[in-house]
Amino acid sequence: MAAPLLEVRNLRVEFPTRRGILTALDDVSFCIAPGEILGVVGESGAGKSMTGAAIIGLLDPPGRIARGQILLEGRRIDALPYAELRRIRGRQIGAIFQDPLTTLNPLYSVGRQLVETMVTHLPIGPDEARRRAIGWLEQVGIPAAAQRIDAYPHEFSGGMRQRVVIALALCAEPKLIVADEPTTALDVSIQAQVIALLKALARDKGTAMMLVTHDMGVIAETADRVAVMYAGRIAEIGPVLEIVGNARHPYSSGLMRSIPPLDRRVERLAQIDGAMPRLTAIPKGCAYNPRCPKVFGRCLEERPDLLDAGPTAAACWLYDHA
Amino acid sequence: MTMPDDRFIEALDIARYFDVSRPLVQRLIAREGRRSLRAVDGVSFTIPKGTTLSLVGESGCGKSTIARMMVGLYRPTGGEVIFDGQDLAEARGQAAQRRRMQMIFQDPYASLNPRWRVRDIVAEPIRAFHIARGDAVMAQVGAALTQVGLSPLDGQKYPHEFSGGQRQRISIARALASSPEFLVCDEPTSALDVSVQAQILNLMKELQQSLGLTYLFISHNLAVVRQVSDRIGVMYLGRIVENAPSETLFDAPRHPYTRALMEAIPDLKMIGRSRVPVGGEVPSPINPPSGCPFHPRCPLANDRCRAERPVMLAAGASLVACHAVEEGREAQR
Repeated sequence: MAAPLLEVRNLRVEFPTRRGILTALDDVSFCIAPGEILGVVGESGAGKSMTGAAIIGLLDPPGRIARGQILLEGRRIDALPYAELRRIRGRQIGAIFQDPLTTLNPLYSVGRQLVETMVTHLPIGPDEARRRAIGWLEQVGIPAAAQRIDAYPHEFSGGMRQRVVIALALCAEPKLIVADEPTTALDVSIQAQVIALLKALARDKGTAMMLVTHDMGVIAETADRVAVMYAGRIAEIGPVLEIVGNARHPYSSGLMRSIPPLDRRVERLAQIDGAMPRLTAIPKGCAYNPRCPKVFGRCLEERPDLLDAGPTAAACWLYDHA
Repeated sequence: MTMPDDRFIEALDIARYFDVSRPLVQRLIAREGRRSLRAVDGVSFTIPKGTTLSLVGESGCGKSTIARMMVGLYRPTGGEVIFDGQDLAEARGQAAQRRRMQMIFQDPYASLNPRWRVRDIVAEPIRAFHIARGDAVMAQVGAALTQVGLSPLDGQKYPHEFSGGQRQRISIARALASSPEFLVCDEPTSALDVSVQAQILNLMKELQQSLGLTYLFISHNLAVVRQVSDRIGVMYLGRIVENAPSETLFDAPRHPYTRALMEAIPDLKMIGRSRVPVGGEVPSPINPPSGCPFHPRCPLANDRCRAERPVMLAAGASLVACHAVEEGREAQR
């Protein structure tokens, strides 16, 4: 594997509250190589979006990085002063969020927002930026881009708006894109168009991507590797084929089996009983132990770190061969 | 008069238009008339007793509007809904009929009153329909909670103490409390995580088998629909374009839109492969295209499709509204 573009080491995010400190993310480590798409999946509240927010330095206060490091091209970016972080965000890291309406400023035309981003981050003037803005809108598949560049966000449909958001994230040519549920608000036909676009970018421009979503179908067709998160930690990480087809961690395999198949009807879907614990009540030992069909004594006492499980790494005592 | 069970629920050419005109003064200044949005435009189907009909389609296709019309939350602009042989508008006026139908909503965070205890939420239909009184009410609440896999003791708690999946169980318990025969489920699992979705879908299937329930199931997720349905209606822009038995629809989809929709779905089997996106977007239901509403995106469209609206015709076990299918132009692509 090439030298990682992004490296997250032992990341821990805490929220101090009146009733004590909540640990939202604990000991999260992973890398993304240039041109690689890492899918991050898990149930709501597992910490997927939180991981993305920590990387782009947009944790909601009072959340804070309590431990660990985030490195972009070998340089720490988790403890940078605000002004420096701002330069990196946008220039080096682009962000795509779920809801295009909250990402775009409704009072500025889309062209102005694109031009502003490029003039801020790239050594170009407004005329060149406008020329490139039209180019970007064309690339993301907006018809008649030259005519629509002065339109306002509300004049675009949902799918078109999400394309504008993608153009905005890409226009400064970042090396890494953090995409948090980029297609969740879109209909399947539009979703397919957006996914095709993101894949082409990673392939053609070598852009690395962290794709956060709960839609396993999107992950399966897009990601190179997948991280499965559970209760603030990575339960398993590995190549997409292994995670989807032959997951080692009981949680990831349960998750994959509970997805309704499209190609056949089953009498009864595999289900995981119970629900993910709240952050205030994470059980001792492995957080998954109350729901796990393969639980044994050690799971109740000791918390597993990621262990070598063949092609993947799984945080499960089943794989402690030492 | 009682109807045979295979026509337990019937929609006869139902339509629902919404008035989206600008305010009167602005209309006068701009000299324009009223405008209406045809959310549902001439839809017919039947649901035999004890079976599930699902409606699928993209957002804005009118499926939730139909759900609301089927329980009388909206009055159809045209056509009629027949509930067990009786006009729904009439049935809604009689408590004894009304209690036979219930609805489960999409968002279990919005559909439960946060200031009521769960036992009062579940007891509401029991009290509203005077099904029981005194201690018997709580006994029935306990039974309803047990039925959906919760404990009668959970009745003491408030909705915020439960996870999303448990809340959806509470919604189902509330719907079941009046012992209904017909349940309209509007995207009951789309707000839930996938592992919890499986729990709720399994529960709904079990309840259907043990109680003989009839479901109208609304979803945008074809994989979910395949698991629960006997028949499936695919909707596009306010109309059903294909209505077929579940397995027939998946094995041999006929309508070009159904095919496009299936191609566009991300699936676990898709590793490394690319989907074939449907080009373009759903047009506005305020200004729907002439003729067949799908023609601007359809690879098989010709002049007839642009001019003439297709009607539902039998094609094998399916009902399909498509000129290309009727003329045999839809040969395998």
